Amino acid sequence: MQVDIKEVEEVAKTLYIRALKLLPRDIKQGFDRLMREETSATGKTVLGTMVENIAVAERTKNLLCQDTGIPIYNVKIGKNVVLDGAAMKEAIRKGCARATTEHPLRSSVVHPITRKNEQTSCGIGVPVINIDFDERDETLEIEMIPKGSGSENGSFLQMLIPADGVGAVKRFVIDKVIECGGRVCPPTIVGVGIGGTSDVCMHLAKVAATRPLGSKCADEEGAKIEAQLSEAVNELGIGPQGLGGKSTAFRVHVEVAATHITMNPVAVNIQCHSARRASATITPGGIAFE
Amino acid sequence: MAHHVLNMPIDDAQTRALKVGDTVTLEKTLFGIRDATLIAMFDKGRKTRLDLKGHAVVHTAPNVKKVDPRPDNSSGYEPLCIGTTTSMRMERFTRPLMEREGVKLIIGKGGMGQATLDALRDLGGAYLAVVGGAAALETTWIEAIEEVDMDDLHPESLWKFRIKGFGPLLVTMDSHGNSMYADVNAGAAAKRGDVLAKIGAA
Repeated sequence: MQVDIKEVEEVAKTLYIRALKLLPRDIKQGFDRLMREETSATGKTVLGTMVENIAVAERTKNLLCQDTGIPIYNVKIGKNVVLDGAAMKEAIRKGCARATTEHPLRSSVVHPITRKNEQTSCGIGVPVINIDFDERDETLEIEMIPKGSGSENGSFLQMLIPADGVGAVKRFVIDKVIECGGRVCPPTIVGVGIGGTSDVCMHLAKVAATRPLGSKCADEEGAKIEAQLSEAVNELGIGPQGLGGKSTAFRVHVEVAATHITMNPVAVNIQCHSARRASATITPGGIAFE
Repeated sequence: MAHHVLNMPIDDAQTRALKVGDTVTLEKTLFGIRDATLIAMFDKGRKTRLDLKGHAVVHTAPNVKKVDPRPDNSSGYEPLCIGTTTSMRMERFTRPLMEREGVKLIIGKGGMGQATLDALRDLGGAYLAVVGGAAALETTWIEAIEEVDMDDLHPESLWKFRIKGFGPLLVTMDSHGNSMYADVNAGAAAKRGDVLAKIGAA
């Protein structure tokens, strides 16, 4: 399959706008579950407002949240896909900028030192473009994640040592959830990276935070910690928006990578309740959005 | 737990009547402000021509569309999506905002800290929580963008919104030293030991 680069640009534009307006089905189902389980009156009211907002956004075709986030594009290239990689990256960047100027969207991206906003949602290294490969034949998948800053500021890395053990890893996660309180817009998905190098660990946390609800860590030991921490964080009483209740997190997600004999790294990256993402799959049959 | 409908601006007595747990709906006018605006005003000494005395500010930077200025909409902007950002980053600006500009109410999400609670007590103010991330709904409470100042900081300009039925908002920090966030955080800290013990991480 030869990929039409112009098509990639259009898809990149459409995905940014779509992600900002339509919440994925798994997150909506997550809200249904929390609404059933929440016992705090304030917590129930806050969750009710969030659910109402999802309906208002769909009805008025408006953005779910004003924070257009840091744009992230995750590209997966299947087998027998022919494309010009550099041109694809440029097309994604153009599509992202066009979504911003043509919709229009608030550009939330600035130079880190001068703080200058180019009003295009683009800058040095932004949009973030992650490229990976998979086994699907003649398939190009592009996922778009507008990562909100309130929860992105809830990001932490600790290079623990082997003597600290796995207990310290769990303690780190619980302490960071307490530290963040209502600032990260709970109920959240708490992404946890365990292992790797420092940069890999942080990336694992981001992958975990943006994984669909209902998915499970592929590593058996990681999945055990995931289940334990999911229960534990909801016993802290932080609740929706930090105003008290059971629904502190939809779920804790864990991703793991092998690490060095001297190392025991742990990272946390949090996803707010407006857990937005959209994806498009390009095949010889056409483009399917989800 | 009273419900208050406040036609902005308000005075000291109206502010001190607000108690944690009360709900509030704002009418008429609301200002939008955030990191860059506050840094410009209080770290770089910029002055605004807009009068914030007795008013409420919401921590926001909106999505807007450029339009031709009209008599009822002289700013040249139409609101597209307006929501609330995390307040805690702006903690050190609460006191100067109240002292220099006379702001009475801060609207935000996620709560603020002790410095804000002290300023609310000393200067007569309250913090009202809006549900963060519920911007599509919040936008329906905003009628127009009446004015904009410091627009070189766009989208972190100083915005003057005309509002209708902005709320209900929850009073989560008041002028009497009460903070729901401090209570919830203390509760979480108290539960920490048991939670860690249960997962073998004490």
